[in-house]
Amino acid sequence: MNSAYAWGGIVVIVVVSVIGDVLLARAMKQVGDVGALWRRSGLWTVIGRVLRNGNFVLGVTAMAVAFFSLLFALSWGEVSLVAPAAASLTFIGNAFAARIFLHERVDTRRWIAACLVAAGVALLAG
Amino acid sequence: MTFRKYLVLAGVTVFAAAGDSMLSHGMKQAGSISLHHLQSLILAVLNPWVAGGILLLLAFFATYMTALSWADLTYVLPATSLGYVMLALVARFVLHEHVSALRWLGIAFISGGVGFIAGGPALTKHAHAEPAEREDEPRAIVTTADTPPFDSAQGRLLAKDARNRAPSGVEL
Repeated sequence: MNSAYAWGGIVVIVVVSVIGDVLLARAMKQVGDVGALWRRSGLWTVIGRVLRNGNFVLGVTAMAVAFFSLLFALSWGEVSLVAPAAASLTFIGNAFAARIFLHERVDTRRWIAACLVAAGVALLAG
Repeated sequence: MTFRKYLVLAGVTVFAAAGDSMLSHGMKQAGSISLHHLQSLILAVLNPWVAGGILLLLAFFATYMTALSWADLTYVLPATSLGYVMLALVARFVLHEHVSALRWLGIAFISGGVGFIAGGPALTKHAHAEPAEREDEPRAIVTTADTPPFDSAQGRLLAKDARNRAPSGVEL
């Protein structure tokens, strides 16, 4: 039962943090190249434009929810299961989500990289 | 990718790893936190390691957002995982802790994955930031005999555009 709770928590963390990453990535693509914008109109314009972006606010909220779900899941399951499982599944989930929602061209090279990184993170944190 | 952009990606990696380790070091000093003793949370924030860790994680977030403004999510994310590798190397060579064979394998996997990504383009599609423009149909590329596509600055742009829209798995 405990492990079912832990895996439920892991799924929630992965889904919410993938949503957060996709929203943040989309927000920053809408803002545009931060370096160029900074040189053109100053740092405060950059900060203002980022903070007023709806996707950015939603993305940060999702990241906060993911963080607190991680805290809860850590109290239900072992650290050595929850932390690496959530981190590495997030990499795979992000590759799928970036392809579907951000229309990034996730080619063979990027799939291999996502799988290698996910396996590596699982091994390192485990 | 310019040198400045690689510097931003390095910042993402270093700030995440350093911030996480400072925070965890500080929280171990500050002791456990519970919802019933919220004042202990304020005391924890006053711990210099915790405060420094929070500052570094803010720097991580700023560099991460900067990187996402000109690179794909699937390009930036593997860079963040290099932080795990750095932490393991610090544990081995600075703190002289034992790093198991499985962890070395993990280091090899992550480094390999990041190497795979770094060899490819940072932004595969839509070079323009405006989302409205992204939805547009790709503009027709008209080439006539007297305007070879590789001749002018515009021609180079067209060639780059064509490469970006190449089907997956095809290296041009």
